[in-house]
Amino acid sequence: MNTRKIEILVGLFVALGVAAFAILALKVANSGISGNGDTYTLSAKFENIGSLKTRAPIKVGGVVIGRVESIYIHPQEFLPVVNMSIDASYECQFSDTTSVSILTSGILGEQYLGLSPVIAAESAKQSCLGNEVTSNAGSELDDLFGVESVALKNGDMLTDTKSALVLEELIGQFLFNQGGE
Amino acid sequence: MDFLQALGHKTLSRFASLGRATRMLLGALLSMPNFKKGTPLLIKQLYMVGHQSLLIIMVSGLFIGMVLALQGYTVLVGYGAEDSLGPLVALSLLRELGPVVTALLFAGRAGSALTAEIGLMKATEQLSSLEMMAIDPLKRVVAPRFWAGFISMPLLALIFSAVAIIGAHLVGVDWLGVDSGSFWSIMQSQVSFQQDILNGMIKSFVFALIVTWIALYKGYDCVPTSEGISKATTETVVHSSLAVLGFDFLLTAVMFSS
Amino acid sequence: MIYKLVNQNVERDLSQSIIEIKDVTFSRGDRTIYKNMSFSVPKGKITAIMGPSGIGKTTMLRLIGGQLKPDSGDITFEGQSVPGMTRAELYEARTKMSMLFQSGALFTDMSVFDNIAFPLREHTQLSEELIRLVVLMKLQAVGLRGARDLMPSELSGGMARRAALARSIALDPELIMYDEPFAGQDPISMGVLVRLIKSLNQVLGLSSLIVTHDVTEVLSIADHVVIIAEQGVIGTGTPEQMLQHSSPLVQQFLKGLSDGPVPFHFKAAPYEDELLLGAQQ
Repeated sequence: MNTRKIEILVGLFVALGVAAFAILALKVANSGISGNGDTYTLSAKFENIGSLKTRAPIKVGGVVIGRVESIYIHPQEFLPVVNMSIDASYECQFSDTTSVSILTSGILGEQYLGLSPVIAAESAKQSCLGNEVTSNAGSELDDLFGVESVALKNGDMLTDTKSALVLEELIGQFLFNQGGE
Repeated sequence: MDFLQALGHKTLSRFASLGRATRMLLGALLSMPNFKKGTPLLIKQLYMVGHQSLLIIMVSGLFIGMVLALQGYTVLVGYGAEDSLGPLVALSLLRELGPVVTALLFAGRAGSALTAEIGLMKATEQLSSLEMMAIDPLKRVVAPRFWAGFISMPLLALIFSAVAIIGAHLVGVDWLGVDSGSFWSIMQSQVSFQQDILNGMIKSFVFALIVTWIALYKGYDCVPTSEGISKATTETVVHSSLAVLGFDFLLTAVMFSS
Repeated sequence: MIYKLVNQNVERDLSQSIIEIKDVTFSRGDRTIYKNMSFSVPKGKITAIMGPSGIGKTTMLRLIGGQLKPDSGDITFEGQSVPGMTRAELYEARTKMSMLFQSGALFTDMSVFDNIAFPLREHTQLSEELIRLVVLMKLQAVGLRGARDLMPSELSGGMARRAALARSIALDPELIMYDEPFAGQDPISMGVLVRLIKSLNQVLGLSSLIVTHDVTEVLSIADHVVIIAEQGVIGTGTPEQMLQHSSPLVQQFLKGLSDGPVPFHFKAAPYEDELLLGAQQ
């Protein structure tokens, strides 16, 4: 029947369109972290961000766990602040002593954020997640250092940052050191 | 004085024509859809507008992808960066070439056909005759064609991009020897679903609206003679191509400039 | 009821009109097409509107169908004012009238059968089985039952018009308007159409309005004639009355004389002047 044939061909057309969408979404784009998964936001203040761009990857030991969401200048201090959106499964896992640095992949490659995580203490994790902190439990590390560490949650600011290396500054420093010897 | 009058006349007639076009579109779309009667009409138009355009879209996509890979490779290999062929091809296709080239081909293939068909229906009094049968030609003739165009074009653009990337893979990886793993993985690290694929699709929907609307209006508003229809068909292709390129610039500025 | 009307006298029938044109003025751009025109179309009769080409006979049908609105005056269909109707009322009224277009206006993407089934499928809830019966009946009436599976492009001009006629009677309308039904037909198709129009009018008891300039054909079947020229009605009456009409314009039109009140020559400067002017240059 004629209508049946047309319906089959239209079905084929739509199926092709959906297949193309699936290929593009799954094979071509980085599915996962950017956008569709739940994320939480951390921010970090740098001296200099070099050529870091929004959407640059945030890596822990080379594994991408998030992306740079936005970059702006701190209104009082005039220093660049980077907002990072990080996979929600890592919320309350890192301690506030975690350091973040701007690194470059290869010589001509893009700049990205490298996170050197310090794992948060169990008590800090619990309090971060909003649970009652049971006394004593897992407080040995804090006692050891005599500092109370806090786990990082949405909206927190990282303080331990290392700025991007700028080639001119490096050369200047090198020449200065040479002169000093 | 004559010049001013001519300018004024032209401006007024442009606005009048825009008004008629808007009224046509609203008349066609602002009504309760009748699924029982509307669905077979829509399917028929999806076949005419969408499926019939598949071949030209896929062939063009394949060749454009292959050419992109060939050109990109010769430039990139000079910097030793041929691994970036994947993102180069994917980004240019998803953001620009896919939606734009599809819209231009669609205007030539399906838009002109829509204009000619409706113009001929007008010339042979079929539209009048529908009206005299108490059937609104806007709903019966214009609405299913509009929806078919609006649904088909984004699908066609997706197919175009997918086929073109396969074509680029064919040339880049199978022929020129770019590593298949890095072709895909660097592409994946650079292409974002939201930023690139979704924005490309939004572009495509906007182009679909523009091209289908222009095509339908030109047919519906044409002078019902053979000369009028041929003029309307030409205008459809010219106007919709220019409108697509203009809106592409606007959309790109809004989407990707920050 | 309508059958009875046919047998009553003409004057009585004229009071029973299906369409009344009252004092209608209509202009397109700067050109006035009708000025204060009035006439009526009697119910259950064949009315012919005649006149020279280019005086807007088709426009008249579009005015009655509500596709155009008059500048002033009123048009009533079964007592209801057509220009004053809302969209829904107009569509409701249009299901009771139908129009046979000059070109037939069959839908080129459907077979003859589907063309005739189309108004039934759109406006009624009949089952396919019933629709098939109705369509076959209508096709039988116009003698095209055998051509039901052909596409409109495969029909000759006369057959296309008959198929279109079958479509226009599909919903059993109360009024059929024919736009130049005889134009461009060979004598045989013309004879067939004349017979069809007459028999449909009698059998279905509907009113017919024929717009034409084929004098002999239409005078043989019309009950009532309206002649339009010079932006208005120049004569109405039965065909016999019209043939006896005193107006020279009516006589020129009915007899097809090449010169008369409607001059043979288009408006121009005097012939000699123009010739001499050419010689001077």
